Amino acid sequence: MVKKLKLIDSKGLRMDGRKPDELRPIKIEAGVLKRADGSAYLEWGKNKVMAGVYGPRECHPRHMQNPAKAIVRCRYNMVSFSVDDRKRPGPDRRSTEISKVAGEAFSSVVFGEQFPRTSIDVFIEILQADAGTRCAGITAASVALADAGIPMRDLVAACAFGKVQGKMVLDLDKEEDNYGEADVPLAIIPRTEEIVLLQMDGSLTTKELQQGLKTGIDACKQIYQIQKEALKRRYAVILEEEETTEGDA
Amino acid sequence: MDTPVKREVVVPGDILDGDGLKPGAGTFSDEGHIYASLLGIRNEQSGYVNVIPLGGRYIPRPGDAVIGKVVDVGSSYWLVDLNSPYPAPLRVNEVPWRVDFGDTARYMDIEDTILAKVLDVDETRRVSLSMKDQTSRKLTDGQIVEISHAKVPRVIGKKGSMIDLIETYTKCRMFVAQNGRIWIDGEMEDMINAVAAVRMIEEQAQVMGLTEAVRSYLEGIYGKKE
Amino acid sequence: MLEMTEAVHELTRSHILRLAAAGKRGDGRGLEDQRPVSIQKGFVETAEGSARAKLGNTDILVGVKMEIGQPYPDSPDRGVLITNVELTPVASPDFESGPPRPAAIELARVVDRGIRETETVDMEKLCIESGEKVWLLFIDIHVLDYHGNLFDASNYAALAALTNTLVPISSKLGDGKDIPLGVLHYPVSVTVSKIGDILFVDPSLEEDRIADARLTVTTDEDGHVRAMQKGLEGSFTLDEVIRIISLSQKTGKKVRKTILEA
Repeated sequence: MVKKLKLIDSKGLRMDGRKPDELRPIKIEAGVLKRADGSAYLEWGKNKVMAGVYGPRECHPRHMQNPAKAIVRCRYNMVSFSVDDRKRPGPDRRSTEISKVAGEAFSSVVFGEQFPRTSIDVFIEILQADAGTRCAGITAASVALADAGIPMRDLVAACAFGKVQGKMVLDLDKEEDNYGEADVPLAIIPRTEEIVLLQMDGSLTTKELQQGLKTGIDACKQIYQIQKEALKRRYAVILEEEETTEGDA
Repeated sequence: MDTPVKREVVVPGDILDGDGLKPGAGTFSDEGHIYASLLGIRNEQSGYVNVIPLGGRYIPRPGDAVIGKVVDVGSSYWLVDLNSPYPAPLRVNEVPWRVDFGDTARYMDIEDTILAKVLDVDETRRVSLSMKDQTSRKLTDGQIVEISHAKVPRVIGKKGSMIDLIETYTKCRMFVAQNGRIWIDGEMEDMINAVAAVRMIEEQAQVMGLTEAVRSYLEGIYGKKE
Repeated sequence: MLEMTEAVHELTRSHILRLAAAGKRGDGRGLEDQRPVSIQKGFVETAEGSARAKLGNTDILVGVKMEIGQPYPDSPDRGVLITNVELTPVASPDFESGPPRPAAIELARVVDRGIRETETVDMEKLCIESGEKVWLLFIDIHVLDYHGNLFDASNYAALAALTNTLVPISSKLGDGKDIPLGVLHYPVSVTVSKIGDILFVDPSLEEDRIADARLTVTTDEDGHVRAMQKGLEGSFTLDEVIRIISLSQKTGKKVRKTILEA
């Protein structure tokens, strides 16, 4: 029995009251874990994500070492209770795929050649899922990478767009994702607008896709501001002189 | 007394352009602009704009004084962990003792702690150590505290003022190594107080008036001192 | 307690022992002091119950999920309790991805035993249809930040999550209202590590790393001992075991109050 949900009302508003090009509320806090070299906690709508970064560190297994640069590895993991029906712990094909494309997106911004033979390991833990977890995870992990002091040419910001009941919308929630006609997760380097992650399923015309990409890029730039604020907030008051003297015996 | 200067925190991708500035450490240039590559503090010095990192792993530089932990022993070298991505070999010809081949473990064994100098870092970041200078030695007493290497300058303070302050009050002997490890030796109570002072600096590294806060903490325990 | 890749400075070991001989610890605690415990219930909405527990900087998230399944043949009228631990690599550089290792399985079983043996949850209430349909009660323990003593932090988060659990009758059985699972008892564990011949309540990360022996004692609200687990290569004397039990009762009382009031 499929009940036809009305996802967009006569005023063009969505079920949660958002306009078509409106993001769900996003909150990011940097530096929340003590053990990881860098971390970030993010809430995006009902998504709750913890990201942690270790590295650069000695790369194991050794055969994965690249003599010319650091390798960036990502592990996207949905915890068993992050979804309505308990998920079996451990990686499945979906999370393995997301881990791969997310890791590649990070590789495109990290200055890996500064750390040959090492690995930079990015861990994304989805604690509570509500559609758009890969974009939420990438957004959080990119803050964690910066928090870890990893040199990068920019942050990576991510957001999905799609089509719901004939309308192009930004940042699909769970119902829209389930019943919509298309979903396009997108990640960019906001400074240059380079697209570093792009996936799609569903059906869109070329024109719709073009429009969606434009809105998606603008949304990523909004998210970029939230990312930057989170990092700067962590070091809000820096007033005193510093001195870089050598060790003192 | 220094005038407090408002320091600007920058994140990767932030633009750092300024009149005639050249890209320095923690930056990169792209299409005529200079950008930050690190999370850190914007700093201008002799025509260069740099980003002083606020975190990140320690990356060895030649000449750095470091505290290492022996993690492996070979017949002609020790492998030393520096809390950096790269373990560093210390070869027998770089220690002040005459060590016969295969006799390495008799001098230093796994889990031993040493004070050493970074001898060389080649372009592929292979690191080697030396213990041939005056300060290098095996550390046999006291304890090791680890902090972020980015906070080492705060623990040392301007011209060594912070570390002098802690040493004066606690009468501990301390050595702050560039890789973020601090060796502290003294009476037990004093060591506890010195560690607490270091932790205070670590947690409040960005706060104004830190030296005075540490001084008043130590005064609270030891009374006033000049 | 875990497969360690990192060696400890010999200096650290001797320093910990020197401090301990004077009744002190590196973080300012006395030997019998536990780190601060904080509990946040209901952290995850997608779980039937959840809680985040912090023990010092050790940070653990537990989610409780309930599904309908078959009972074990030897207990046709009882629900099924399944406790699982994920030592995810975000929590420590020493944890690796992959299937649970012995350390994670031991941890899950110790937490499970405390809950099972005290009959914290009335498992008979979780029978829907004798021999056919019962509730499966999953306690999933997810370690976020590891700074020593996972046994106790996991126990606290799991117990708190159970007190917060609603049986999902409406979504899983079709009709009826969700009801609180309810707990009948409050098993609380306290772990003591032995280094040399000194006992350390609630071992820190460094103490965990160099511990010779470890004993976890779980007591209930009446002070009765309900589960124990001795670990590592070292040993305890009878007197030490008796002392640890009394330490567990004393500390457990305070923690139980914290969990109840969270």
